[in-house]
Amino acid sequence: MLKSALKAFVLFVLIAATAYLAFYYAPIEKSMGVIQKIFYLHISCAFSAFVAFGTCFYGNLRYVFTREPKADWLAVSAAEVGLAFISVVLVSGPIWAHPVWGIWWTWDARLTLTFVLGLLYLSYLLLRSMIEEPDKRALFSALFGIFAFLDVPLVYFSIRWWRTQHPQPVILGGPGSGLEPRMRVSYLLMWGALTGLLILLLSARYKLEGLRASVEDLRREAEVR
Amino acid sequence: MKNLDSVLAAYLAGWAIFFVYYISVSQRMGALREEVERLKTMLSKGKS
Repeated sequence: MLKSALKAFVLFVLIAATAYLAFYYAPIEKSMGVIQKIFYLHISCAFSAFVAFGTCFYGNLRYVFTREPKADWLAVSAAEVGLAFISVVLVSGPIWAHPVWGIWWTWDARLTLTFVLGLLYLSYLLLRSMIEEPDKRALFSALFGIFAFLDVPLVYFSIRWWRTQHPQPVILGGPGSGLEPRMRVSYLLMWGALTGLLILLLSARYKLEGLRASVEDLRREAEVR
Repeated sequence: MKNLDSVLAAYLAGWAIFFVYYISVSQRMGALREEVERLKTMLSKGKS
C-alpha cells in the first residue's frame, strides 16, 4: 500500500514537472498562441491510449489462442485504462477547438473515428458486464476487442488519408512537419510521464481483475458446499 | 494571456479524469479485498 502510494506521489511530481515545462519552458506557438499548450496533453494522451488499446489487442489475441485467464485480465484492464486516456483526448480536443475553430466539435474523419473508438471500448466493457459465465465472457469480449482495435489504425491514418479539419500530423508527419526543440523535449517528457501513469493504472487495474477472479472462485466454492 | 483559462481547463479536466479513475479503481479493489476476506472466513467456518 505504502509502495503504491509512493509510486503515485513520484508520478504526481513528475507530471507536475512536465506540465510546468509545457507551460513555461516550451515557447508560445506563433499562430495559435497559448492555446497550443493543450497539444502536449492531448497528443500524449492519444498515443498512450493507442498503447493501451494495443495492449488490449495483444491480450485478446493471446486469450483466443491460449485461453489463459491472465490474458483476459490484461485485455480488460488495458481497455478500461485506454478508455480513461481517450476520454481526456475527447475532452481536451474540443476545449482547444473552440477558440481556434470557433466550434467545439465537427464530424470530420479524425474526430468521428476517435469518438467511435471511445464508444467501441465502452461497448467492450458493457458487453463484459452482461455475460456472467467467465469463459464465455472472456472469449466473446476478446473477439469483440480484436474487432474494436481495427479502429486504432483508422484513427491514426485518418489525417493522412483524408482531408480533415483536424490539423495535419506534427509528430511523424511529412516534410515540413516537426516540433521546435524545446517543444519536442516538453512533449516527450509529458508522454514519458503519462506512460508512467498508464503503467501505474494498468498494474492497479490488473490486480483488481485478479481479485475479482478470486472472488468468483471463492463464491463458486461456497455454492458447491 | 488570451485563452489561458481554456488551457488550464483542459489540464484540470484531464487530471480530474485520471484522479477519479484512480479513486474508482482503489475503491473497487478495497471492496473486493473485503469480499475475499469475508468469503474466506465463511469457507473456513464451514470447514471446522
